[in-house]
Amino acid sequence: MNQKKNYFYGDLQNMKFDNSPTVDQVGIEERIARFNSRSIKKQSKIQGLKLALNMIDLTTLEGKDTEGKVRQMCYKAMHPADNIKGLPTVAAVCVYPTYVKIAKKELGNSGVKVASVATAFPSGNSTLEIKITDTKLAVNDGADEVDMVISRGEFLEGNYNFVFDEIAAIKEACGKARLKVILETGELCTLDNVRKASDIAILAGADFIKTSTGKIQPAATMPVTLVMLHAINDHYHKTGKMIGMKPAGGISTSKVALQYLVMLHETLGNKWLSNEWFRFGASSLANDIILQLGKEQMGAYYSKDYISND
Amino acid sequence: MKKEENITNEFFTDWKYAPAPESTDHIKLKKQYDLFINGKFVKPNSKKYFATINPATEEKLAEVAEANEKDVDLAVTSAKNAYDKVWKKMPVKERSKYIFRIARLMQERAREFAVIESMNGGKSIRESRDADIPLAANHFFYYAGWADKLDYAFPNKKPQSLGVAAQIIPWNFPLLMAAWKIAPALATGNTVVLKPAETTPLTALKLAELIRDSGLPDGVVNIITGFGKTGAAMVNHPKVNKVAFTGSTDVGKLIQKSIAGTNKKVTLELGGKAANIIFDDAPIDQAVEGIVNGIFFNQGHVCCAGSRLFVQENVADIVISKLKQRLETLIVGDPLDKNTDIGAINSKEQLNKINEYIKIGVDEGAEMYQSKCAIPSKGFFCRPTLFLHTSQSHRIVQEEIFGPVLAIQTFRTIEEVIEKANNIPYGLSAGVWTDKGSKIFNLTSKLRAGVVWANTYNKFDPASPFGGYKESGFGREGGLHGLMPYLSF
Repeated sequence: MNQKKNYFYGDLQNMKFDNSPTVDQVGIEERIARFNSRSIKKQSKIQGLKLALNMIDLTTLEGKDTEGKVRQMCYKAMHPADNIKGLPTVAAVCVYPTYVKIAKKELGNSGVKVASVATAFPSGNSTLEIKITDTKLAVNDGADEVDMVISRGEFLEGNYNFVFDEIAAIKEACGKARLKVILETGELCTLDNVRKASDIAILAGADFIKTSTGKIQPAATMPVTLVMLHAINDHYHKTGKMIGMKPAGGISTSKVALQYLVMLHETLGNKWLSNEWFRFGASSLANDIILQLGKEQMGAYYSKDYISND
Repeated sequence: MKKEENITNEFFTDWKYAPAPESTDHIKLKKQYDLFINGKFVKPNSKKYFATINPATEEKLAEVAEANEKDVDLAVTSAKNAYDKVWKKMPVKERSKYIFRIARLMQERAREFAVIESMNGGKSIRESRDADIPLAANHFFYYAGWADKLDYAFPNKKPQSLGVAAQIIPWNFPLLMAAWKIAPALATGNTVVLKPAETTPLTALKLAELIRDSGLPDGVVNIITGFGKTGAAMVNHPKVNKVAFTGSTDVGKLIQKSIAGTNKKVTLELGGKAANIIFDDAPIDQAVEGIVNGIFFNQGHVCCAGSRLFVQENVADIVISKLKQRLETLIVGDPLDKNTDIGAINSKEQLNKINEYIKIGVDEGAEMYQSKCAIPSKGFFCRPTLFLHTSQSHRIVQEEIFGPVLAIQTFRTIEEVIEKANNIPYGLSAGVWTDKGSKIFNLTSKLRAGVVWANTYNKFDPASPFGGYKESGFGREGGLHGLMPYLSF
């Protein structure tokens, strides 16, 4: 399984992932500055914020998680703020495999999906056997989506085929569940690596590519997300197949969420503007969006004490 | 329990940015502007005024005076007097303070200047706010710093000021060009008569107000308005010691003819037709962004615009398809809307010229691609335009269009692209996109262009000299080099 890195130039198997285009960080940052100078006001702001709320994967991934905590979060997912008219639900709740069953039961047929992390989250340092078992546990308990982590150590060693094979194996174990592949970009360090890892994940069968576990800093950033969106764009134009994107961790304000949507809108277009193809992995973002949408509805900001913390 | 309300993408198939217009409430424009001579606004001897309009709405903004020969003589004489009696004698550190003060005032009034620049010139508020005005202020700051250090800039060379500088600037970056001209002239101890372009005089006249408010001694900077005739009178005036011109190559040639045989110093910054070169190892998505910035910045009204694109053949398809995709996200429209990427063409005359070239391109058999965006029915607008499959002998490849029109060629080898890039009467700027450092240095030494950008485009800084080769002119503006044309040694 563990093919060691081979510098031999004729090793075509390892060469096939070296076709990823290079990335210029300065250029990426300039493009981000352009996105962030967009002025999103009035109707486009309200629309954008509702969309962002509808794209959230409400997440709890802590050692101290309990059934009670998960149950409360599930209610919040379906009822972000009942005092404000016309709010959508969030897209999904994201939990550890052991809480999939309870989340599934709480969410019922509300349409809110259950996502489960798997594959020895967050480090991914375990055997394939355990990772597959982990995945199957989540899927058998009813997870609609599986968020796996790649083996960053193997990636940085240059064992791209190992990373590819692992993702492919987990994809198979997922069955009908959609697979999100977490690259943990904070550990990949360069944008060139992010691009390469994105290409590997997409080719290995990811339905979504995702930036981070939320356990490593920096988590999601706009530059990293843009590089991943470019990878998705290239794949789409080559094959016609759409891949989803999920920035996760660190996105906590409405303003930043709108900036991500502008980036998505101008990079992949309106086709991606739904929670089928874009998610925010976030826990505190929902309340900030509720605050802003409440302000739009009531004409003034109101105390955060009116917004439930779960 | 609330019912299923997961409305996903139904409420949301087309997200458009709501209009976000910059407010114009705080803008005060007079109905009529006179000539700024010897520290005061004075009526023109010609008694003639002409209208200046907003190219995005075709509405009149104000009337400005047309200076005749007599007015030019008054302005030059006042500059000469100010030079002899005040400015030449002033201690250098005092001169420096005045230039600093102009920079500070410009920063304080940046928003006002940005809005007027967009109203009068048609450029998007995003650019006037984020590029033109800050760069103009930075230019004054930068040269204020040099004013009292000339002896250190040119050790043992005894730098001396020249006298009166006649400066004629174009309509594409009105305030920025005024700053490029005035700041180094003042820092080197010269006095100035400046004429803005006839279509975009308002920010220069606002600058005149600002200079008056700054307390700069009367006559050190004179700003007069008019057409080509006014400019010719300035160039030919016997008391003028230095001519600085930015504009078309044709006018540049006329100026050079008319000053032949005099001892007037001259710098010319003229046209361009820059090559923007994309190699197969380039960061493709960023290169596409660089192509867009290169040709669509300021509606393509940029002398250093990357108007000839060279793409290596093995990546041509992908680059062009990405470029087309990017073109569709560009927003063309109201220059004052904060989300506008491409504003209005500066004048009807210019729009006609661009449309003529678009017709020439089609007639020459190049494949045209235009963005499908909507453009306003009133005002002068042009869709971003690509011409594919062009050749070196097409007129749209050889001649400067000065609009949002990009001519695209492909190449196979480095030698080929260097030859083609240099095969043009111009030589102002160029762009190179590659991941390989050695390739960048190879090209920068072989491309005959005053500025070569690597993995970026249209970057400006007051500390960096700017200027051309061949028919793009001579002399440098900006940086230490920008001081030299205003000094004798």
